[in-house]
Amino acid sequence: MHVVVLAGGLSPERDVSIRSGRRVANALRAADPSIDVIERDVDSTLLKSLHSDAPDCVIPMLHGAAGEDGAVRDVLDGLGIPYVGSGPDACRLAFDKPVAKALLRAEGIATPRSVALPHSTFRELGAASVLDALVAAVGLPAVVKPAKGGSALGATIVNDASELPAAMVNAFAYGDVAMIESFVAGVEVAVAVVDTADGPRALPAVEIVPDSGFYDYTARYTAGSTEFFVPARVSQEHSDALAKLAVRVHTSLGLRDWSRTDAIVTSEGAMFLEVNAAPGMTETSLMPQALTNAGMDLGELTAYLVRAAVARG
Amino acid sequence: MNAKGSRLDPWVDSYATRARGMTASEIRALFSVASRPEVVSLAGGMPFVQALPMDAIGEMSARLIRERGAQALQYGSGQGDPTLREQIIEVMREVGIEGHPDEVVVTPGSQMALDIVVRIFCDPGDVVLVEAPSYVGALGVFRAYECDVIHVAMDNEGLLPSALEETIAAVRASGRKIKLLYTIPSFHNPAGVTQGPQRRSEILAIAQRAGILILEDDPYGLLGFDGGPPPRAIRADESDGVIYLGSFSKTIASGIRVGWALAPHGVREKLVLASESAILCPSNLAQFTVSEYLATQPWRQQIKVFQEIYRERRDALLDALKTYMPEGTTWTVPAGGFYSWLTLPQGLDSKAMLPRAIAALVAYVPGTGFYVDGQGQHELRLSYCYPDPDRIREGVRRLGAVMESELELMQTFGADMPRHDSQGPQTPAPDLG
Repeated sequence: MHVVVLAGGLSPERDVSIRSGRRVANALRAADPSIDVIERDVDSTLLKSLHSDAPDCVIPMLHGAAGEDGAVRDVLDGLGIPYVGSGPDACRLAFDKPVAKALLRAEGIATPRSVALPHSTFRELGAASVLDALVAAVGLPAVVKPAKGGSALGATIVNDASELPAAMVNAFAYGDVAMIESFVAGVEVAVAVVDTADGPRALPAVEIVPDSGFYDYTARYTAGSTEFFVPARVSQEHSDALAKLAVRVHTSLGLRDWSRTDAIVTSEGAMFLEVNAAPGMTETSLMPQALTNAGMDLGELTAYLVRAAVARG
Repeated sequence: MNAKGSRLDPWVDSYATRARGMTASEIRALFSVASRPEVVSLAGGMPFVQALPMDAIGEMSARLIRERGAQALQYGSGQGDPTLREQIIEVMREVGIEGHPDEVVVTPGSQMALDIVVRIFCDPGDVVLVEAPSYVGALGVFRAYECDVIHVAMDNEGLLPSALEETIAAVRASGRKIKLLYTIPSFHNPAGVTQGPQRRSEILAIAQRAGILILEDDPYGLLGFDGGPPPRAIRADESDGVIYLGSFSKTIASGIRVGWALAPHGVREKLVLASESAILCPSNLAQFTVSEYLATQPWRQQIKVFQEIYRERRDALLDALKTYMPEGTTWTVPAGGFYSWLTLPQGLDSKAMLPRAIAALVAYVPGTGFYVDGQGQHELRLSYCYPDPDRIREGVRRLGAVMESELELMQTFGADMPRHDSQGPQTPAPDLG
């Protein structure tokens, strides 16, 4: 079998993607040496090579735009090439944080208050008055982040209204729409979901305790700068609620094969923050830790998902 | 339930304090995109090695292995190959230096020479004076040895003597000892400016009066654009008070990794011991390659080829800046070397703007990387050495559009908003030096 792992691309998460792709590719090679695994960047020669040497399956390990917004998967669908992971529509819903939150909120899933606005709204209505309205709607402290994108790039925790303009500009550096979301103090967790023969299964929640207090890019990708607890140190009741939440997110948005839901646990329960259709698989990423704790092997899981993708065509 | 979590690094409590700043960063993540061909990278200082006579070098290298392979592939002298050291003396005559081969210590790139100089001179907390801004790779070395780096202001002719005197007086008044004055007098990285002869004399006189050792870094000295003789090195007029760092990275090839230090006798002895403890010896293969190149290839003519290529690219950059930069932007006009230094219109932050620039497929280095103290937010470095003139023009056009849109954003949210704390120097990616 011939499998292509797509990694890299032009997103700011290119480096993360390359590392995720490498890890998945190596794990797959180790799990099933009969599979011919090739790692490949996404560039103007990709389609030609997919045409001339069509793989049996593609594993898109692209993070950020094009990778998680469904575009590449649309192309793969068009070419009739099976791939591991969610389809384009589900990716679009998951990648757009405000859209995902709105859909899930409508299904009764708790999520912090938030407002998402494009830069043009601030320009047309005046930034000061819009920011005042945002603070009134969401409250402080708040988290400001790009509406699309991952790895906490462009994200800032704002404790005082005077910090908001700079936080907005930082978020707009990564996209045209910024989201301001009420900061909820609690236990920060990530719950991965994998599709098995018995349906979607939530893996143990990974609790995230960054030394800096903010799980930003540095805390995510510098080994040692964040402490992880697997399973998370939450009550059984909350643990069960997290598992249910992650599976509901996975199914409600139509996600497939694997996903990772980020959530916050308070005394009142679990709240949805965001979901990733292409979870990070680097040495410091969360999903591999959950797999290990669950006694699962990344390579074997990937091989299983490859076969499932090929079977569904 | 686990009492202690996992940190994914069992040695997290064992690292030295100096490793504290060695973290993943958004900036480095963004630069990984800059390597894609769609991006016009005005960030990296990569010499245009494609201009080298590759066939001739290939034949030369094959002959070298064929005829001297057993020696080239063996350990060598810690101080460096004697023949190459003699040739280095000849190269340094171009910048007015009359030295002796015994005073030369060959290293794997001048970065290593810089490292061992700081290693033998600086204890933690010792003061090192550097230009404002200064070479990011040097700042990384100073930080690794826990030096207290103090920036000294520059103008369009480099380091300001008056500012240097004031800084020396202020440091002395605080009871601290200044170990080194690190300067790049010719075609400065990143500022693109050059000290004139008078300026060099004044700086040398101040350092001599204050008893401060000058560390003169001169990787670009032979890459001037005016057709005249290269700027005369400070070391040409003072042998005991100056350590001179030279490099073949820009005049031959950066991938060969051969540089050197020229140091007074006592210093040289310690440099050799420090170098041996770090690397045993520089690569014989790399040294012999450089030596053969200098002996058999028209290296002065090749430098003229490089000068002409870089001059044309410098001109393309300056023309494009005039055309595309928004009002309020200023830049230096380099007379040689690889870089121009931009000061942005009020309110623009070069680090905050970088993601938008990368999305627009143009890359630069934000100014904050060239300071240890958070300065440089409103500055950035543009490199013109690698892309061809058309790509340079396109890159500057893209950058101009990014700045315009960033200015609009500033207009919306206010130009003088408080920003995040800027990070200090980070270990540079090899192609960003």
